[in-house]
Amino acid sequence: MVVNCQQVWKEISNYIEGDVDAGLRAAMDEHFGACTRCKSVLEGTRNVVQLYSDERMIEVPTGFGRRLERRLAHGARVRPSTWSTWSAWLVPVAALALIAGGLRWANSLTVPHPLQSEHAQPGRNIPPDMVVVVSAGAKDFHVPGCDVIHNKDKIRTLTAKEAIREGYVPCVRCMRKYLQIASISQASSEPVGELSPSVEAEDRARSR
Amino acid sequence: MNVVLSNPEEGTTREQELIAQVQRGQAELFYELVRPYERRVYAAALAILRNEADAEDAAQEAMLKALANIRQFRAEARFSTWLIQITVNEALMRRRRERTRMTEAIDDHRDDEGEYTPRDFADWREIPSEALERKEVRQKLAEALSSLDRKYREVFVLRDMEQLNIQETAEALGISVASVKTRLLRARLMLRDVLAGGWEQGWFSRLPFEKGTKPW
Repeated sequence: MVVNCQQVWKEISNYIEGDVDAGLRAAMDEHFGACTRCKSVLEGTRNVVQLYSDERMIEVPTGFGRRLERRLAHGARVRPSTWSTWSAWLVPVAALALIAGGLRWANSLTVPHPLQSEHAQPGRNIPPDMVVVVSAGAKDFHVPGCDVIHNKDKIRTLTAKEAIREGYVPCVRCMRKYLQIASISQASSEPVGELSPSVEAEDRARSR
Repeated sequence: MNVVLSNPEEGTTREQELIAQVQRGQAELFYELVRPYERRVYAAALAILRNEADAEDAAQEAMLKALANIRQFRAEARFSTWLIQITVNEALMRRRRERTRMTEAIDDHRDDEGEYTPRDFADWREIPSEALERKEVRQKLAEALSSLDRKYREVFVLRDMEQLNIQETAEALGISVASVKTRLLRARLMLRDVLAGGWEQGWFSRLPFEKGTKPW
């Protein structure tokens, strides 16, 4: 078997791989012995394979191993499959929470005006017809005679319902029992319906 | 690329032990298991994605997938090959995804049928591996590699740098064995010519070659 240069070039990669049959190998060996050009191609190609197979040819970015280790440690705790299950649940759950929260918030907005105070605690169980007082320049409405009424000389009297509609918020002192802060047990033990606020207010006013 | 272990036999046994431990649920040992291959995993991703940040992310993601699927690894296979195949899959998947967005030109038609004719027939001399100590040399080799078309570069990296065999390379890239052989031949011959040209430009000139000879 005799091979020419073209045939050698075509098979040179397989030759390096050891992937040629014995007959072809012998013919190529003979050719390399006689042809300096093909010998040059063979050795150059071997050089290429040799150089690129060296591990030093692979340069990884600084910190690559450390970052991989960290991500693996994280992934070992939170497997991608676990996370996808979680995230699949999280989206609708979060959406429901938002909707529920939004509805609740919207329901609490029984006032046409914006609340006048950022600390607004819309009183839930305040009897609508309860007589309350507000004063100019203030944001709260009070039981008449409350200690913390500002501008007492400029108060006006109205019902709780009206005060709420105008954007006033209940005073956290005198209206405490109607608010959902800090005194839930007290509020629940004293049903609002049984209270007689106007009488209570009168009592207070009288006691002063 | 050849990871030299003081005792290869012992290294393999340790690897088998680690694999078994991780398969039993000791995920914290996984990094120790893949650490010897992290460079090759990165290089495989880089050959396909050609961007360091993307390659690193793909390599990390591939290792997480390998960990999640460690029980599917069968001892008959080489662990390094298994890791690299997972990495190649991950990188190819990302590139496809990117392609659909970017409509990048696809250079993936048929292999060039015409035979490749070497251009340079200068005298050769073996390049000592110490040459790779020089950053300049490594850089030139890397540049030469990246000048290849994608289909040649990928086959070359997986076969000659990652040390997959022809069959494994074909499987990893989803192409035929015949295609791998054709592309590998071309890649090797083209690199040889490109690097011989580099010699002409003098970037190997400070290497200890005998006067009047060329590396190939």
